[in-house]
Amino acid sequence: MTPLDITTQLLQVLCALALAPAFLGWVNQCRAWLQNRAAPSVLQPYRGLRKLLIKESVLAENASSLFRFAPYIVFGTMVAAAAIIPSMGTGLPMSLAADGIALVGLLATARVFLSLAAMDVGTAFGTLGARREMMVGFLAEPALLMTLFVAAMISHTTSLPLIAAELTNRAPALYPSLAFTAVAFTMVLLAENARIPVDNPATHLELTMIHEAMLLEYSGRHLALMEWAAALKLFNYACIGFALFLPWGTSREAWGPAGLALAAPLLLLKLALAGGALALIETVSAKLRVFRAPEFLATAFLLAVLGLLVHLLLGD
Amino acid sequence: MALRKWRARAGRLAGQPAGALLPVAADEWVPVATDVAATGGQLLALWTTPRDGATAAAVSAAYLADGAPLVARLALTDGQRYRGLQELFPAAARMQRAAADLSGIHADAPDERPWLRHAAWPADQAPLLSPPPLPVPPWTVDDYAFVRVTGEGVHEVPVGPVHAGIIEPGHFRFSIVGEKVLRLEERLGYVHKGIERRFTELAAGDAHRLAARVCGDSAVAYSWAYCQALESLAATIVPPRATALRAVGLELERLQNHLGDLGALGNDAGFAFGLAQFSRLKEELTRAIASAFGQRYLLDLVVPGGVAAVPDAIAGRELGAVVARTASRVRELRGIYGEHAGVRDRFAGAGIVAPELARRLGLAGLAGRASGQSLDLRVDAPWPPYDRFRPKPCGRDDGDVAARVDVRFDEVEESSRLVRALLDDLPEGPERATLASPVEGELGIGLIEGWRGPVLVALELAAGGRIRRCHPHDPSWQNWPVLEHAVIGNIVPDFPLINKSFNLAYSGHDL
Repeated sequence: MTPLDITTQLLQVLCALALAPAFLGWVNQCRAWLQNRAAPSVLQPYRGLRKLLIKESVLAENASSLFRFAPYIVFGTMVAAAAIIPSMGTGLPMSLAADGIALVGLLATARVFLSLAAMDVGTAFGTLGARREMMVGFLAEPALLMTLFVAAMISHTTSLPLIAAELTNRAPALYPSLAFTAVAFTMVLLAENARIPVDNPATHLELTMIHEAMLLEYSGRHLALMEWAAALKLFNYACIGFALFLPWGTSREAWGPAGLALAAPLLLLKLALAGGALALIETVSAKLRVFRAPEFLATAFLLAVLGLLVHLLLGD
Repeated sequence: MALRKWRARAGRLAGQPAGALLPVAADEWVPVATDVAATGGQLLALWTTPRDGATAAAVSAAYLADGAPLVARLALTDGQRYRGLQELFPAAARMQRAAADLSGIHADAPDERPWLRHAAWPADQAPLLSPPPLPVPPWTVDDYAFVRVTGEGVHEVPVGPVHAGIIEPGHFRFSIVGEKVLRLEERLGYVHKGIERRFTELAAGDAHRLAARVCGDSAVAYSWAYCQALESLAATIVPPRATALRAVGLELERLQNHLGDLGALGNDAGFAFGLAQFSRLKEELTRAIASAFGQRYLLDLVVPGGVAAVPDAIAGRELGAVVARTASRVRELRGIYGEHAGVRDRFAGAGIVAPELARRLGLAGLAGRASGQSLDLRVDAPWPPYDRFRPKPCGRDDGDVAARVDVRFDEVEESSRLVRALLDDLPEGPERATLASPVEGELGIGLIEGWRGPVLVALELAAGGRIRRCHPHDPSWQNWPVLEHAVIGNIVPDFPLINKSFNLAYSGHDL
């Protein structure tokens, strides 16, 4: 563990914390532009967080301690996840502690606590949201695992930094297996981050909500943490996508500090492109009926399996 | 036919040349309704008039039978009940409950729960007779007996009256299994503000302004209906230029609402592009209206005797051009809605009201036309200028959200044609006639096809130009109960979309 590794690790986590709201703001801005609307500033999510942090946190009378701790746990898991995803560099000391499969478990932990907290107060909407979240989650997780397996089989490791490093080492070529899994991963990303077509982050209709329904009882700093965690989750997913499918430019230990200096602007470029693409997908799609979400995620799973089969058959 | 017998006995009905006013005895009240129902007629409105000095209390029911209005009126003694009509016309149930809350005149009906009266005034007090005291803290919350659904895995989801978005208050009690709706029970009345009481405190010549504000999205429809009733009681002929301009206003109001709804329906299906586009079109139209008539929403266009504003030649031409451009943009957007797989999937098959159910429950107006009930007063009982400018009837039989969207698209097309035709052929002459002094003690009926459906205003004057009773009636009264049927068997997250496709009034209904 060199000082550079520790710097990379710290820098990466801080970067994720700082950039995640901006990324969300960027997606919202692109969405507004694509819909011919005047767009809010990229900084809008920060203003929202500041407002919530200043405000008083109101708790339901019958809220248990779980309800109060859940925002910290959810936020904490997202920060931990940001530490093991190679968004800027592959020399991550923390990644020795957890591989890609553990990462999926980490994300699942957040989901479990979020859902439990949503049911804790006992309102109808929280329970509805938690139920739908679990339905989406248990279908999305296998598809996510399957995409990780394809990359893991190509690079013979389940550690995300090593996958990224291995994929960068190879000559840039089009892998059919990775193309299939990239589509599968994008679908999982949409479902897991409560984006259209599975959920609508901009809706005010409480009956149709999934993610938002679970946050209805939160306020003040708790809500700020939950929203920040949601922004981090989107950021993390984008970075997982970069690590698996666009790993070029991620700093390598051998490159020294210059690598980090190169990785940072490249990450920004990738995020800008990914945000635009995400906004485009959301603009041209309508929200699916809730019972169509399983079909959507089953398709993602099938595509991932197809990627795996292509890899096994063609051995690319 | 049995109805002919009643019509032969009936007197003329002010405001409706083809209509008839039929005073009935207690034992004829239900037979009249039975005969109307047997000929496929509809209940337009039901209201009560409390005793006013020497004038006895009465209950009135306005029907539409064979394309002509028929008002049955039953005089009542103090404390006398009348037979409820809910067996023949299910929509009557809530009208009777509301009438009981406001006037203390009760129907013999199984459901005696209050409708408009929450805990805001005592049960034995009738706001129409004496203004209730302002409620003081501590606020009481009344215990309303919702119908319970029991069974394995059934649970209730209460929604509203305070919602996550900024929308009007209404309470929806869902009984669901998983995501499937077994039953929905609505509770409204949260925006009751004593409009009918307020009418009785106004002079007849001023109350059109209140009428225009009964339901903000139907301002022209209500103010026209009110003025129609008042003008007929005063035997004032409205100049043709004024009726043409009123029709322009009515069709513009229809366009504004349809554009807003089509955008909102896209948004509720998660297709925010639609909302952005339709909002822009609506805003352009609204600005053109503002420069032509001097107001963005035509709240003060219709005045007794005529209209208050006439667009000058340039503004009129510009308005016509904007309307034409809007229509062609809407055609493009219709193509996008029609071809978008996701949007079509959300719209088609959601919230179906089959034509047979629609007929039985009396689904009115736009929603009715999407469920095979072809009634459109502009076509079936035209009043000037619609006798010269006939809209093409628009209708569907599918009765789902897609059908209600399609009817809106058709009506946008048709209304924009009408606006241009009316503006091109605007009669010369005065735009306002002087209102003669109206007769007292008679009933005048105004009946206008607003964008949502038939809007009825029943007006009765007392001595000195005072309003004895004014009952504005929104088609939402007929359609809210049907919404409860439309969502049965659908999934919970589809409810907002289905609700939006009806877009019924809260404030205009709670009065």
